[in-house]
Amino acid sequence: MSFFNFPLAPPNASNIAQAYDPVFYALVGLSVFFTFVVCIGAIFFAIRYRAGSTADRSRPIYENLPIELTWTIIPLILGLIMFYFGAALFVKMKTPPKESEEMFVIGKQWMWHIQHANGVRENNTLHVPVGRPVKLTMISQDVLHAFYIPAFRVQMGVVPGRYTQLWFTATQPGEYHIFCNMYCGTQHSEMGGKVVAMNPTEYAEWLSNGGQSVAPMSMEQAGAKVYAKVHCDNCHGSQDTLHAPSLYGIYGKRRVFADGTSLIADEAYLRDSIVQPYNHLTAGYGQTMPVYQGQLTEEDLLNLVAYIKVLGTPLANVPTSIVNRHSAPTSVSKTNSATVMSANAIQAGVEDPDATPTRRIGAPAVGAVAAEGRNR
Amino acid sequence: MSSTVIATDELKPKAKAEEVNYLNVEHTISSWLLTGDHKRIALLYLVSTTFFFLLGGMAAGMIRYELTSPAGVVLESDTYNKVFTSHGIIMVFTFLVVAIPAVFGNFLLPLMIGARDLAFPRLNLGSWYMYMTGGTLILAGMLFGGVDTGWTFYTPYSSMYSNTQVSLVIVGIFIAGFSTITTGINFVVTIHKMRAPGMTWFRLPLFVWAMYATSLMMILATPVVAITLLLVVFERTFKLPIFSPELGGDPVLFQHLFWFYSHPAVYIMILPAFAVISELVANFSRKRIFGYHFVAFSSLAIAGLGFLVWGHHMFVSSQSMYESIVFSLISYLVAVPSAVKIFNWMATMYKGNVVMASPMIYAIAFLMIFTVGGLTGLVLGGAGTDIHLTATYFVVAHFHYVMVGGTMLAFLGGLHYWWPKMTGRLFNDRLAQINAVIVFIGFNLTFFPQFIVGWMGMPRRYHYYYFAPEFQAYHIMSTLGSTVLALGFIWPAFYLTMSLFNGKKAGPNPWGAHGLEWETSSPPPVTNFLETPIVMDEVYDFDPEAEHAENRRRIEAAEAAKSDERKGSMEDHQ
Repeated sequence: MSFFNFPLAPPNASNIAQAYDPVFYALVGLSVFFTFVVCIGAIFFAIRYRAGSTADRSRPIYENLPIELTWTIIPLILGLIMFYFGAALFVKMKTPPKESEEMFVIGKQWMWHIQHANGVRENNTLHVPVGRPVKLTMISQDVLHAFYIPAFRVQMGVVPGRYTQLWFTATQPGEYHIFCNMYCGTQHSEMGGKVVAMNPTEYAEWLSNGGQSVAPMSMEQAGAKVYAKVHCDNCHGSQDTLHAPSLYGIYGKRRVFADGTSLIADEAYLRDSIVQPYNHLTAGYGQTMPVYQGQLTEEDLLNLVAYIKVLGTPLANVPTSIVNRHSAPTSVSKTNSATVMSANAIQAGVEDPDATPTRRIGAPAVGAVAAEGRNR
Repeated sequence: MSSTVIATDELKPKAKAEEVNYLNVEHTISSWLLTGDHKRIALLYLVSTTFFFLLGGMAAGMIRYELTSPAGVVLESDTYNKVFTSHGIIMVFTFLVVAIPAVFGNFLLPLMIGARDLAFPRLNLGSWYMYMTGGTLILAGMLFGGVDTGWTFYTPYSSMYSNTQVSLVIVGIFIAGFSTITTGINFVVTIHKMRAPGMTWFRLPLFVWAMYATSLMMILATPVVAITLLLVVFERTFKLPIFSPELGGDPVLFQHLFWFYSHPAVYIMILPAFAVISELVANFSRKRIFGYHFVAFSSLAIAGLGFLVWGHHMFVSSQSMYESIVFSLISYLVAVPSAVKIFNWMATMYKGNVVMASPMIYAIAFLMIFTVGGLTGLVLGGAGTDIHLTATYFVVAHFHYVMVGGTMLAFLGGLHYWWPKMTGRLFNDRLAQINAVIVFIGFNLTFFPQFIVGWMGMPRRYHYYYFAPEFQAYHIMSTLGSTVLALGFIWPAFYLTMSLFNGKKAGPNPWGAHGLEWETSSPPPVTNFLETPIVMDEVYDFDPEAEHAENRRRIEAAEAAKSDERKGSMEDHQ
């Protein structure tokens, strides 16, 4: 976090924000103008009419009805104009269009539950499509809260015992803060999260995947992704080549090594041959393969081994679209864990500039875990 | 009425009378604690409100220190919540509401209208005891566990969820509230019934007018908050179903009742500041205030309309859309009388003879800062524009511009202005002028960054903001400013106290000001006036033209003397 971090305005990312900002800046402009009038006026008079100055004092005035009326009526008219624009903006904020997509929010000490109309649920994160009006219907389970998205310029109280509503149309894809903005007890400041505005197609996919940024993957699928990512297929094709043996159907076969020893290709052998290829160099090949010790996570290795086991069988026909989509960078997470962190842990997280902000961005979706029970 | 005037020859010799004043007439502790003298009670209030201000200021310092880091520095979240709650409760209920009326109102109201004392001296002393009892209970609540509800005590958190000393502190506020009510009654009766002969309503100093408007609000609004807070205690203790939806109550009802008091309370805090500023601007411009009637009636207009705008605190509370729009409209109307005052004060300086003594520097700083506070209030008063800003640091900055930049600067200005009258001693005005500039700089450095960080979306009452590190730079600026501001608040305590020991004797009217309080000795005698004054002249009866001619004559004479001297010395050299 840079000390020289001086943004002057929040992002403008919704239709409400687009309507809000011109009114706000006009009011600020007017305020700055009148502040200067008063400041310069006061200083000018204080200097010009300081005791002993030569300025003319003849015929001082003490009461003047026209002047009084002028500076009563002009502020009154300006006030009424401001009132009109503020009220018109307010009415817009309070009247959601009929075709809005409905979502539901429950506030409780100290997290936000969000439910989409098709049953997808998430905590402290709200996924919304860009370009379509979204209407939130909200209620609190305990004390007062307030649901506040600064980048959208929307805020509404979340009250126990009654539904409140809020609507907006996101205009810019991205991630923005959600804050609880009604004091609600000990961890009030940590009752927040983010709104993720997605392109409508991505959002539809996310929603149909049950709230996953990608469809749940089997280990083999995840392994195929790693296989493609580190380009194993450059050398290890469907046939043995000059550079490398084919891995198709390798699992369970006996391998003979350059030093004359041999082993059955089990999981341990496969893993070992990735992280330290020269422990068991296959007979007839040179030392051309990179050493992947420390380059791949154990998770990647598990998935990779699972994929290699099925290479050459129909199970390995992983749809390439998944691979392609998954190779696109994404930081969209599954759900947000509501784990409460101690102040010390937070402190540690903040001191390290490279550390991922701890609570608000949850653990990345793990294909292997997500696949369980959801694999279609 | 003229029969009440005591003939001059019946009085004790003047020299003797000036020696005995309200300060030195008795020296025992009981003579202070059992006094009925409004001046002594004012000093009791001055000491006790200053004490509470110190406590509230320490809490503010802890908040500012904690917010320099996005993940806090030393406090746990629970403690932080108690600290900002303490800051709010102490500053609002034991300082801002009380300070100017109970200190300067008490001291000056009888002096300004030519009365011996307030209408009910024992009730006045009783007010102070109620205030001290309430303040002690509030402090006890903070010592024995603290409160974490925020000064607003929003239900159902305060009534059903908070496990802190809510009841004790509320009882404290309840009792302190009665001190406000009795003070208000005392002032209203005094202003109606005890004006000196010739002191007609439109010869009243504007201080008295604003104090009158303040007193009306105190009497009408304070009982509402007292009852409301007591209902919170009943719901906490007896599960009386009023505010909690679990019991069948309505949490938003609390907000209506609370703000029905607390919005007028904002004017209870700022109208006395207007009172002081009117005196300062008129007396240091040495000119009758411009548009006296408009300034006087604008106070009453604020007092009246101030009761009809409470809903602008509740635009996101779930009150109906139409309600919000009506409250927004009335909020813009109440802004007009404040604008009228600002323009009239500025016009007062026009063709006056402005003396830039320390109280006038505070007054001009007030004009500038209060203007910013008022104008940002217009941004918040718009129903639509408030939605994004409500409960953010923008609001925090706004009400500190009004409360600290308004009330606190007026308090300091008034303290410097009337200090010679209260103590009979002059302080070093050069130091005071420098201090006024320090306060102005420190104040703006503290609170201006909060407008920006609030506009960016930083919520108030947040302990952590590690998820939004873009806010940090502004918090650090604000904390730096608060150290400068703290210096500006502490320093006067030293040079004013020093003046008691080594200050020159003030004389009855060191500022050359106009008003009955300056016609008696400093410090005033126990009975305020040795004879009941008869008011013959108009309020702020300065003659700027004649004074200007006199000033010029004196300056030109001095210049002539100087050039003669120079000529003379040149001739000597030749």
